[in-house]
Amino acid sequence: MSRLLEVNQLRVQIETQHGTVQAVRGISFHLDEQETLAIVGESGSGKSISVKSIMGLLPKNGKIVEGSILLEGKDLAKYSERQMQSVRGSDISMIFQDPMTSLNPTMIIGKQIVEVLKEHRRDMTKAQMKERALELISLVGISNPEARFDQYPHQLSGGMRQRVVIAVALACDPRILIADEPTTALDVTIQAQILDLMRDLQKKIKTSIIIITHNLGVVANIADRVAVMYGGQLVETADVRDLFYETAHPYTKGLLASIPKASDKGSDLTAIPGTPPDLMEPPKGCPFAARCTKTMEVCRQYPPKDMLCRGTHRARCWLLDERAKALRE
Amino acid sequence: MMSAEKKPLLEVKHLKKYFPVGKNQTLKAVRDISLNLYKGETLGLVGESGCGKSTFGRTVIQLYEPTEGTIIYEGREINNSLSKAERHEFTRKMQMIFQDPYASLNPRMKVMDIIAEGMDAHGVYKGQERKKKVIELLETVGLSEEHANRFPHEFSGGQRQRVGIARALAVDPEFIICDEPISALDVSIQAQVINLLKELQKKRDLTYLFIAHDLSMVKHISDRIGVMYLGSMVELTDSETLFDDPVHPYTQALLSAIPIPDPDVEKSRNRIMLEGSLPDPIRLSEGCLFAGRCPYAEDLCRKNTPEMKEVRPGHFAACHKAK
Repeated sequence: MSRLLEVNQLRVQIETQHGTVQAVRGISFHLDEQETLAIVGESGSGKSISVKSIMGLLPKNGKIVEGSILLEGKDLAKYSERQMQSVRGSDISMIFQDPMTSLNPTMIIGKQIVEVLKEHRRDMTKAQMKERALELISLVGISNPEARFDQYPHQLSGGMRQRVVIAVALACDPRILIADEPTTALDVTIQAQILDLMRDLQKKIKTSIIIITHNLGVVANIADRVAVMYGGQLVETADVRDLFYETAHPYTKGLLASIPKASDKGSDLTAIPGTPPDLMEPPKGCPFAARCTKTMEVCRQYPPKDMLCRGTHRARCWLLDERAKALRE
Repeated sequence: MMSAEKKPLLEVKHLKKYFPVGKNQTLKAVRDISLNLYKGETLGLVGESGCGKSTFGRTVIQLYEPTEGTIIYEGREINNSLSKAERHEFTRKMQMIFQDPYASLNPRMKVMDIIAEGMDAHGVYKGQERKKKVIELLETVGLSEEHANRFPHEFSGGQRQRVGIARALAVDPEFIICDEPISALDVSIQAQVINLLKELQKKRDLTYLFIAHDLSMVKHISDRIGVMYLGSMVELTDSETLFDDPVHPYTQALLSAIPIPDPDVEKSRNRIMLEGSLPDPIRLSEGCLFAGRCPYAEDLCRKNTPEMKEVRPGHFAACHKAK
């Protein structure tokens, strides 16, 4: 597998009335061809801001202050808004949480797909565009594409709408599909259908996927690799099996432990005490130190280095340092 | 698990709640639901959005007036014929915790007054005693005295939900309806709130109706679970049985759709994929409401609406084919 996207030491700041939020604090990760990377983290951990930087969709008060985003060697961080417009929708596409707000309620769905083609595929004739739109509608598992082409979003169910959003995103065969909580607004039975569809499509059209989610069940279902974010940093990255079975970082361990299991019945759940750090004034040491059960003096003073656990499994935790070996378990 | 002679705290009989929508159309949000709740237990209510679980909770606590049916609390029927004093007493005993801790707290009120609002309405504590009680409640839910003079925007989601819980506890209720109390919270905070609710239940002998769509949390906290589909109850049993041996095809599909946080299990699982999505709840056909998506449906199902029947002791299901 070859490397498609490489994010290096990305640092993003957001200016607010109350001060500067260090939303993303030096993260590095990569995405290979045809793989699915899940980014996990809670609200405010910086996961959405990270992918919005890749898409060039940061809010006006947000800015990339350091780092590079290399798409097949080209640095997107240095691209102008105009240059980004040609990347968005054709090289990288994004789907959002709420399908109702990402579709135009006053436009038939067929036209919404054709719009993307008009923007990026000037070589196509009108008839070809319509044909392509119909093809996409059936590709995402919607039956009777001719009739659906002329329908408005409100005539479709939530699951159907998300399928349309996916069809729009795939219109120009993007290399990378970024899905920001694509199933959070959907019911579980519909969520299962959409996850199935995404896996199926990936096989068919050979795109790479970055999925943002807070649901570890979804991660286990769809991801090849996982990146866990906390307090604006990547605290652990690993293959999906390593992340679940060889968990290295105490935060990831805490997340996994807080999911109710059959054996927890009748007893307390293992909660992570406290709340995430304020990124207006990020802690100078490890962002998780205040909530960690194994905090050492060094954790509060110095940010942990990115350490290699095994193979490609990496984590930022002082416990992985040789000198802390005795404290690990 | 509940002994037969035990008297229910709350009895709901044939509860219906219809809403008029547009021209001569009715949305039957709750269609004929009956159930009993026993003191000290937690009954979980699950189902997909639009299945009527929140409407059911809100009708039980009298935020909506039922279209038909009776609600009996401690042997007394709750309806319009209650005197003001009786109604007052009832509203003190039954409280609610809401889903969105951002929308359910008045942004212009201090936490002290938010929590004390119920006490003021019922005139139970005043002056210094009121303040003492609020501080006590804040400590009960894991906050402290210093939080009393702050406004809701100064709190995180999890802390706000704790304020919501303190408010519900302020009038010493016996029965609390928790309407999706954790779905707006982050995973690491959800477990904190669930632990708090369980601890309070133990200490104060509370009874919960726990409405949620996250089945793993519901399983953890509930003694019994009811599954709703399009306004009807389709299955009701104790939580172990529901997960180990569900008999209704909808429950089976719902359980099989939950992604399990274990990659090896996920890869080897056989999912029951439901075709299509929920039908339009305003225009529903005759017979079993699930028949259109059910893999086992036959002519009988499309003609006759199945009644809730006891398939095993304490295990109820509304399905013609359930054995």
